[in-house]
Amino acid sequence: MTFKTEHYVINIGPQHPSTHGVFRLRLTLDGEVIVDVEPIFGYLHRGMEKLAEGRNYTKNIPLTDRLDYLASMINNQGYCMAVEDLLKIEVPERAQYIRVIMAELQRIGAHLAGIGFFLNDIGAFMTPLLYMFREREKIVELFDMVCGQRLNYNYMRFGGVAMDLPDEFLPALKKLLNELPGFINEYDQLITTNEIVLVRSKGVGILPREMAVNTSAAGPVLRGSGVKWDLRKNRPYSIYDRFEFDIPVGEHGDTYDRYLVRMEEMRQSVRILKQAAAQIPEGEYMGKVSKLIRPPAGETYTAVEGAKGELGFYIIADGSENPYRWHVRAPSLINLTALREMLIGWKVADLMAIFGSIDIVMGEVDR
Amino acid sequence: MDWGHFLIFTVILFGFVISGVLFFIWYERRGLGRFQLRPGPNRAGPFGLLQPIADAVKVLLKEDLVPALADKPVHFLAPLVAFVPAMAVFAVIPFGDGALLADLNIGILYIMAVSSMIVIGIFMAGWSSSNKYSLLGAMRTIAQEVSYEIPLVLSILGAVMLAGSLSLNDIVKAQDVPFILLQPLGFLIYMTAAMAEINRTPFDLLEADSEIIAGFQTEYSGMKFGLFYLTEYAETLSVSAIASTLFLGGWAGPAFLPGFAWLILKIIAVFSLILWVRATFPRLRIDQVMAFCWKFLLPLALLNLLLTAVLVLTGLNDQLWLAIPLNLALAVVLIIGLSRQYKTGGGHAVN
Repeated sequence: MTFKTEHYVINIGPQHPSTHGVFRLRLTLDGEVIVDVEPIFGYLHRGMEKLAEGRNYTKNIPLTDRLDYLASMINNQGYCMAVEDLLKIEVPERAQYIRVIMAELQRIGAHLAGIGFFLNDIGAFMTPLLYMFREREKIVELFDMVCGQRLNYNYMRFGGVAMDLPDEFLPALKKLLNELPGFINEYDQLITTNEIVLVRSKGVGILPREMAVNTSAAGPVLRGSGVKWDLRKNRPYSIYDRFEFDIPVGEHGDTYDRYLVRMEEMRQSVRILKQAAAQIPEGEYMGKVSKLIRPPAGETYTAVEGAKGELGFYIIADGSENPYRWHVRAPSLINLTALREMLIGWKVADLMAIFGSIDIVMGEVDR
Repeated sequence: MDWGHFLIFTVILFGFVISGVLFFIWYERRGLGRFQLRPGPNRAGPFGLLQPIADAVKVLLKEDLVPALADKPVHFLAPLVAFVPAMAVFAVIPFGDGALLADLNIGILYIMAVSSMIVIGIFMAGWSSSNKYSLLGAMRTIAQEVSYEIPLVLSILGAVMLAGSLSLNDIVKAQDVPFILLQPLGFLIYMTAAMAEINRTPFDLLEADSEIIAGFQTEYSGMKFGLFYLTEYAETLSVSAIASTLFLGGWAGPAFLPGFAWLILKIIAVFSLILWVRATFPRLRIDQVMAFCWKFLLPLALLNLLLTAVLVLTGLNDQLWLAIPLNLALAVVLIIGLSRQYKTGGGHAVN
């Protein structure tokens, strides 16, 4: 008697607990083994880039909050820098420091969420995620303190930031910075050498160096594959050249390396934050910018190192109040490029680990 | 057959299982809350004690949906097929000397035979749902649960050898010291295999919420889902009860508490261990789970059986002062030695 087996198609998503929003993967499976993958997105598409063309420059800042909503501050910074580039205006010293502090806090917050969700995806039943959110909560409290918001901050403005730091902010920040390394080490002890985490992530979902570069991957995904590329060092913007920090890179480009890179990046962000908190000068928090923003005709592509990689804003100005064209280079979307190659041959369970390790936010994938 | 004894004990057991399950649900949710830095249910009743009742009411009131393409009779029967054996296991668990529903001289054999029936219920549920997540869950069920049955039985045999009986009542009476001291390895293997049998982290691949939504029970709602939920906790209760009976001395304990209280305390202790594991570990992959069973647990269980046989035959196990350290040392050596040899095979592409 001979048995005949067939491939079958299964949809992971759009409403799947592990697709980090509304992502859909059409898998062709042979038993549990992935034979083919077709990623389908667009379920969260809001036409943001088109919307931006009908709104003036200032009113577009809140749109950027809703891209990578786990790292709104960095999106704010990227967009503001792009428009400042068009306007050719300087940002006061203090505002630069505030921006760096916000961006690095946000990076830690985003990585905490990223690692937490990754561990949740490999079945750790919420525990690590909730621990990660304990620290994220403290960071969110700080953001709440400066701008009264907890998710979509809308804090930065062209030429500076909307409000100065409240008096209680810096002491609270310094207290948090003293606590954070301890917590990060705690996670390290609990997770990094956990036998199950190791067998689930080591050697799983390898993104080779060449493929990472060829697919324009960025951020921890690129660095996990061993490419030492970080805009904060390689194309320094704002005042990043004043701080000492290292760029962690992985060796094998596997899921585990991407996790390790994120873990180390949090430590490096703490380093930057400590220096920034110590050096921050008194002074203006907002430059001299007119109320109505009307950049001269021209175009710019300005990129910052987002929590997930190179976050770029390409804007064409035609001299009017609205941008003529507004485009976002969203790292989450581009990091997904190699997903198919990374998944084929692995099992359904590995899909969650690999997908979780790319760490995407759907708000950024579907704009 | 004494019908009065049968009737009264059935009612008591039913009450015990249902209230035990309700307690476990509350205890687990509160416990997980503590592990996860959150309060857990604390609104319904004092300390959230009424939460399981509220859950039960909610489950009863929910609409019972059946997929259009489901195999309806099988879909309907599956929760029952799973639930009844989970209850029936308790017939042979002694709550005191002779205080059990049926003192079978083949008690252990009965437990193994009955509890393995649950797999059929779960497979029926997964297969009949006509849902591919359920199908994957069902395929995993057969692979995993059937495999883990083997180290599970082998680990129990150590205790059976020491007691020289298959009756649970006799096994409890044979424990001058709890068998965990003479069978540390057996206990560990039993707990690991049992956690795989009852579908608990890190072996919860049948439902694997982050992978296949809820696996075999994806298409179940209302009371049918409730029955699966009950089954899962009744199984956990039975696993804890069997572990307490076989390895922790069952109802035996200092006289200031009655026998059944000792048993219940031991059950809660074992359940706490299971809960702790659930709150801590991520999930393995199905091939890793299978490799772990066949390449690690099974050889370990066989070695344990062999060594126990040698110790029993040579009479060494009766010399407690020697047997306890010897057994502990053997357990440590075997676990470390075998884990050096063993590879999960994780981390390699499967093609």
